[in-house]
Parts: sequence; C-alpha cells; structure tokens
Amino acid sequence: MKQMSTMRFGLAAAVSLAVACAAEAQEKVKVGLVLSLSGPPAALGVQAKNGFELALKDLGGKLGGREAEVFVVDDELKPDVAVTKVKALIDRDKVDFIVGPIFSNVLGAIVKPVTDSKVFLVSPNAGSSTLAGRGCNPFYFSTSYQNDQVHQVSGHVAQARGYKKTYLVAPNYQAGKDAISGFKRDYKGEVVEESYVPLNTLDFQSEISKIASMKPDAIYAFLPGGMGVNFIKQYKQAGLADRIPVLSAFTVDESTLPAQGEAALGMFSGSNWAPDLDTAQNKRFVAGYLAAYNAVPASYAFHAYDAALLIDSAVKATKGDVADKQALRTAMLKADFTSLRGDFKFSQNGFPIQDFYLTKVGKRPDGKFETQISEKVFSNYADPYAKDCAATN
Amino acid sequence: MSTTLLLIQILNGLQFGLILFLVAAGLTLVFGVMDFINLAHGVQYMVGAYLAAAFSAMFGSFVLGLAAALPTALVIGLVLELLVFRHLYARSHLDQVLATFGVIVFLTEAARMIWGVEPLSIDVPAALSGSIEIADGVLYPVYRVAIIAAGLGVGLLLYVVVNHTRLGMLIRAGASNAPMVSALGVDIRLLFTFVFGFGAMLAGFAGAMVAPILSVEPSMGDTVVILAFVVIVIGGIGSIRGTFLAALLVGLVDTLGRFVAPALLKLVLDPAAASQTGRAIAPMLVYILMAATLFVRPAGLFPARR
Repeated sequence: MKQMSTMRFGLAAAVSLAVACAAEAQEKVKVGLVLSLSGPPAALGVQAKNGFELALKDLGGKLGGREAEVFVVDDELKPDVAVTKVKALIDRDKVDFIVGPIFSNVLGAIVKPVTDSKVFLVSPNAGSSTLAGRGCNPFYFSTSYQNDQVHQVSGHVAQARGYKKTYLVAPNYQAGKDAISGFKRDYKGEVVEESYVPLNTLDFQSEISKIASMKPDAIYAFLPGGMGVNFIKQYKQAGLADRIPVLSAFTVDESTLPAQGEAALGMFSGSNWAPDLDTAQNKRFVAGYLAAYNAVPASYAFHAYDAALLIDSAVKATKGDVADKQALRTAMLKADFTSLRGDFKFSQNGFPIQDFYLTKVGKRPDGKFETQISEKVFSNYADPYAKDCAATN
Repeated sequence: MSTTLLLIQILNGLQFGLILFLVAAGLTLVFGVMDFINLAHGVQYMVGAYLAAAFSAMFGSFVLGLAAALPTALVIGLVLELLVFRHLYARSHLDQVLATFGVIVFLTEAARMIWGVEPLSIDVPAALSGSIEIADGVLYPVYRVAIIAAGLGVGLLLYVVVNHTRLGMLIRAGASNAPMVSALGVDIRLLFTFVFGFGAMLAGFAGAMVAPILSVEPSMGDTVVILAFVVIVIGGIGSIRGTFLAALLVGLVDTLGRFVAPALLKLVLDPAAASQTGRAIAPMLVYILMAATLFVRPAGLFPARR
C-alpha cells in the first residue's frame, strides 16, 4: 500500500511539469452566487438561485466540461454586507465567476471589487446605466437588460395607446428614479404625479387615494417584491383595477403572483421574456422548473439559467481554461449558446441585444398565474448607452 | 388639494394609527408594568399574521381563521414568557434587548422554514370585500372601515378593563409600583404572565387584521415594532390612554405628512424642489414629533404615575 502510493507520487512528480495545464483543468470551475435571499426581496433571490441550479443540473453538474462548484451567499440587500461577502468569495473561495446581484444598489457596490480582481460578474437582473455607457467594464456581463429598457417598454406603450395623463409611482432610490426616467423617454403625455414612496413601504392606501382623486388614464408602477404584492392587492381592493389600467415593471411577475393571485389579472408589464415565450428550450425550462420547485419561473430564474449557459459556453470555448481572462472575455462576448429567449447577442458593453414585449397577467391551465406575452414592442433593441462604451477586447 | 382627498387621508391615518395602537398597547403594558423591553413584540405581530393566513387557508374562512389564530397567538405568547422572558425580568435592559433580539432572529427564521420566503396572501372576507363610494370616483375599501371599527372596539374594551375592573386596577398598580403590589399579597408573577400573553395576543390580532391587505412575510414585524416604540414613548410608558392618542397622532402625522408636506412646501419653494424636500422630510416627521414631545414632556404625554 505504502509502496504503491510512493510509486504514484513518483509518477505524478515525474509528469507534473508536462501536465500542469491538465492538472488545473481538473480543478473545479468555481462560481459564487450573490443574491438577496432574506427579507421582503427573498423570493427574487430564491428564483435566481433555483434557475442557476436547474441549469447546472441540466448541464450535468458541469460548466464547459469541468466540474462546477457553487457558493451561495445572501447579500441581505445591503451593499456593505455584499462587499464583505464578495471579497470572501474572491480571496478565500477563489471563485472564477460571480453571478448576481438582484438589486442595482448592491451591483453598484460590488462591481468594482469583483472586476478589479479580474473575476467575471454576470448579472441576472440589475443593469445600471452607469455600467452601460462610459463606465462599461470588460469583466461585466448581463443576461438581463439595461434597467431603463424595461421601463421604456411601458412608456412606449402608454404613448402608442394615447394615454393623455399618467401617474407614476416608484420607490425613492436610484433604480426608482431610473425607472421613471426610463418610462418618460418615449412617453410625451402629461405626467400628473411622480410619486416616490419610501423603499419597503407596505401600506399604499394613501397613494391609492391620491390616484383615485387624480383620475389618470393609466398608472405606471415600479414596485418590486413585497411592495408590489401589497400595492396590487390594495389597488384591487380600492376598486381601481377595473377603472385605471396598470403598466408596470417588476411589480407583477411570477415571484409576486402567487401572493397577488386574482388581483393582478390583466395587468401589464414590460419584459424581455415570459414563461409562455414560444421556443422549444423555454418550454423545457418552464416544465423543468415547475417539476423541480412547484412554481412558475420568473425572469430572475430565466436570467440566472442563461447566465449558467453563458459561462458554460465560454469555458467550453477556452477548453476549460479560466486563467486566460482575455480569451475568456472574447468567448463570453460571442454568447455562443442557445438562450431561452431565442436570438441573443451582446453589445460591446456586455448588455444583450434582444426583443422586448408587453406582457399581461393570465391564468395557466394548472390554476397558477403567469405573465403572458401580449405584444412585441421592440425588436433587436440595443440599449442607448452602448455607443458610449469604449471597452476593448 | 381637495377636501375629499384630505378627508380620505385622515381616514387612512386613523386606520394606520389604530393598527399601531393594537401593537403598541401590549408593548406599553409589558414595558410599563414589568419594566421589560420586548423587541420581539413585532415578531408576535408577524406570527399573528401567519397564523391567520394558515388557519384561514385550513378552514376556508377568514373569520374562523381569525378565531383560531387569536388563542394560538395567546398560547405562543405564554409559552415564550414561560421559556424565555420570565428569566429576564430581573436582568438589565441591555440583556433584555439582546435576548429578545435573539428571539426575533429565531422566530423569523422559523417562519421562513415553515412557510417559505415568498409572501403569503389571504383574501379579504367576501362580506367586507366591497368598497364605499365616498365621493365621485373616490372609493374606500369596506375592510379598512372594519379595521377602524375593530381598533376602536379594542380601545374601548381596554379602557373598560383597565379603568373599571379589579384586574385593571392591579395592572395600573403594577405600572406604578410593582414591588408594593407584590407586598400586598398579589401574585405579581401570574399578573405578569397574564399581561404578557394578552399583549402578545393583541399584537397577533393586529397582524391578523392586516394580513388580508398586506403581504404576510417573515420580516413584516420589524418596521412596525420601531413605530410602536415611538408611539409608547410619545404616549407615556404604561399608559393605555396615552398610547391610544399617540398612536392616532403618529398615524395621522405619518400619513398626512407625506401628503401635506410637499403641498405646503410648494408655497415657498419651486415645485420640483418642494416635492424633493417634501419626500425627504415626510418620513422624518414622526421622529421629529417624538423629539418635540420628549423636549416638552420628557415622560411622554400621559405617563403612568409613579
């Protein structure tokens, strides 16, 4: 026994120089998931985590042919906490990729520590404008969208439908302000009120009273997570749902619909995807997610699934080499994988060029609720900031 | 700014204030009578909401769900008192804060393990699901009116119990001088347990009442308990009457502040700056109110006499 291990050791030592690269290739590809997994936004983070894990399962536990190891951390929706945990992922766990976060304020905090360490950051949701234009970063990729685009969809639709007066409501933080400016990009009618509510407001009754008394033609709401659940239920209870149409983003989606139920039926959202999007791979994904988690996937799960496919395709292209960052970036930028959404390519800034849809909440045959594509609003739409990006290969 | 809208916002403020009162009433009794700081009071509000949601789903009726949730919340409160809080009465406030914070973490995590992270929801009972048209096109949900009625009802009940029964007399005596009450032969420990369980049930009742309008989630008690502390500090610790008035005051200031502050500022600033400043000031108003109250009356509006 001892003899044998000595012999093995000798053998290994003899060829160690020759197979240095191969030895590295046997090490696992390490991915850190940085998501909001506690508090009111927990449902969103859980969706993304499930989506990524489902993709990994479908890929046989491998990324680009190499065994994958995943570290999951909760950013608690606190930028400072996120930075500490991200540093641990990079310095202690030596991750090659980080997938996350859900929220833009966390993204703003972690993007520098991650990319300065030459670790690739793949965002499954947040896509701040600051990272899309002049501040674009060669180590940052997004499988979602640039934030403004989803809001712009609703503004575009409001304009096309000829709504003369709209009422806008969003939380009082950066993404809320981005949402409202995104909505106004294509909307030229009168905005009767830009209402900013404190982040994590639970009771919207006074907001709803104001909406009722101002009688706009439509409202636009950006109220993610628990806020959206409360707002929509209270909006319905106040009897407004049948009178004033709701356009939204991140307010009615599959993470909030189980709690909103009937109250959200018929409400509109801007999105780049919906569970009923008609591609073969998407049908398989939705069925797989339903079977594994007994829930309809939301866009967070879909983006995280695509993030895993993206990493898989890049590692495959470099034949398992994650040390050559330049080659890896080139491979990532090619986006050589079949996205669940169908056609997919990156702009120079690492944001997708893709179609955008208006979705409407409907009931599935199995009684669960989902968003369903109502019309295509933009085709092959690149974000407007991409032209300012000077990131080079 | 129309009069109707102002009227509705006053109703909204009252409704919010009454929910705060239900939570703060138990807190002020526990703090006032036992001199015990219970940060975990907000968790009992969360537990009440979850119990109402779970029992409503089980029985298919909100009323039955509520009826089952209340005694369960009471039992949970009593069990917590026996297992944890009883051993903390003699300790310093800092120890109590630390230990009850631990209870928050424990129960929040337990709720997350049992019911998951996704918010739960229950429907408003059919009989109360309509809305009343107060003015042309302005609707007010019947369920909110029911919350106002329930809050006022509990307020009245507490007033009668505390001021006109023997039990209430003991509670008031306990708030003024607990050792003396004990020396006079009253089983103060039993009284404490009763007060604690009752306080937990009131918080649970508040949680159950808001369950149909708010989403039920593990961290829902965190913000409420902070405002409840503001309420009892303004009202005077240990005083039900003070808590009632302070809760209404806080509810009104918070709701109307968001609505009136930007409008008032528009008189002196240009509209964009006014709405920006108004937004920033509105959430602070409650705390400014507390600071002002403490400045004028350091023991609160109606302190229990010591």
